Amino acid sequence: MSNPLVTVEKLNVSFPGRGGVTHAVRDVSFTLGRERLGIVGESGSGKSTVGRAVLGLLPSSARVSAQRMDFAGENLLGFSDNDWQRLRGRRASMVMQDPKFSLNPVVKAGHQIGETCRLHLGSDAADAKRRALAMLEAVKIRDPEMVYHLYPHQLSGGMGQRVMIAMMLIAKPDVLIADEPTSALDVTVQNEVLRILDDLVKDGGMGLIFISHNLTVVSSFCDRVLIMYGGKIMEECEARHLHKAKHPYTQALLAAAPSVERPRAELATMVRDPAWLA
Amino acid sequence: MIELEGLSVTFLNGGRPIHAVQDVSFAVAAGETFGIVGESGSGKSTVLKAIAGLAPWTGKALTINGKPAAARRSRDDRRQLQYVFQDPYASLHPRQTVDDILREPLAIHGIDNSDDRVQTAIADVGLAPQHRFRYPHQLSGGQRQRVAIARALILKPPILLLDEPTSALDVSVQAEILNLFSRLRASYSLTSILVSHDLGVVAHLCHRIAIMQLGRLVEVITVEDLRKGTVREAYTRQLIAASLGYVRAQG
Repeated sequence: MSNPLVTVEKLNVSFPGRGGVTHAVRDVSFTLGRERLGIVGESGSGKSTVGRAVLGLLPSSARVSAQRMDFAGENLLGFSDNDWQRLRGRRASMVMQDPKFSLNPVVKAGHQIGETCRLHLGSDAADAKRRALAMLEAVKIRDPEMVYHLYPHQLSGGMGQRVMIAMMLIAKPDVLIADEPTSALDVTVQNEVLRILDDLVKDGGMGLIFISHNLTVVSSFCDRVLIMYGGKIMEECEARHLHKAKHPYTQALLAAAPSVERPRAELATMVRDPAWLA
Repeated sequence: MIELEGLSVTFLNGGRPIHAVQDVSFAVAAGETFGIVGESGSGKSTVLKAIAGLAPWTGKALTINGKPAAARRSRDDRRQLQYVFQDPYASLHPRQTVDDILREPLAIHGIDNSDDRVQTAIADVGLAPQHRFRYPHQLSGGQRQRVAIARALILKPPILLLDEPTSALDVSVQAEILNLFSRLRASYSLTSILVSHDLGVVAHLCHRIAIMQLGRLVEVITVEDLRKGTVREAYTRQLIAASLGYVRAQG
């Protein structure tokens, strides 16, 4: 990993509010190569905020600072709105958790997918349609021609998620940030979606940031994992060695999950140590 | 305690029938915790709703606590069985305090001594006395689900139905709620049906588990079967494999 796609050093994000300033992300540093990097944590741990910060998608009320935030050699910290437009959709995109809220309800699925081509790749309508259909096929939609003409409310959860993935991948971005992309899906559909993402990293050389609260999925799917709590990275480890994690927070998360294979009379509950955030 | 024989639920969608549940039969013994798992659209929640009298059903028989369930449930029928819903953000009235929420079932059923009962219910689910006059938005997700459980148990029903009670919660909060339920089902001698898509949750709490697919019952297995993987149906095996995480070589 000599040339990381994304380098983040000491990223801090805070939101000023009535009750004082909320520090959502504190001193987060990581690099992303052409790999599957998982970020896990509970609600409020700041994992989604990190993903959004890398794409400049935070609301204007957010205060973002970092020592360094690079995307393939370009400094993201000095980016103008135009620079972000050039980057997002074309070279980096984001798959959101719930297709029901993230797709435009009054635009046909196919048109939404083709929009990226028209905006970023200079495609005409016919070319955009051809590419959108090819992309629908690539995400294993059985009848692309039919799905192309459907509105989001006519899609099932799994189909909607695949439409969104197709939309984000049509420009062949170098980096994809997937924020809980499979949390709304059934386990069998979840594995199909993971396989699509896996192929893109393995064959397309894409860098993937996979944000999830599901330890089973992250440990079986990703290469490396960052574990976040209270806006800080608690530890980083290889995904397949997640069960050997050293940090008490990670251990507590693992112990709290009920398991089919290892029955327990009582589940471990978490005792949070303020020292973790010191 | 609960017996279903050939239970079906059909909804009409613009005149077109949707067979949400078809010919489902099982029996839940007194004191048992029975799980229903399946993917979205498998009809698992609809079965629960039919048992609770919240969905119209057809079929041979639905017996609750030795009595055939009437199409329209009486107040006494309803007291036999209470429900905890999936989303603690949607199932509590936003303009009522915890106290209002817990008093309502008592008022409906004409139960006296409500002050003591509300206090006991709050303590039973591990909330503090100061939570009593808070509104739902002043509580965390886990605390709200505790309120929902307290509301269900305040009538001391013999049967508790739980529809994905922890799927909106973080894993650490889920652990607290599942432990709470384990404790309460012993102290209240509850018979329960738990619907979930999470095999880990079901294996942790249930004695026997029904697997549903596309409105039909695939099979009923014991928790030991689930742990050992000794199941008959290919679909069950597929579901167990998928829940263990991502496997590259699959398919």
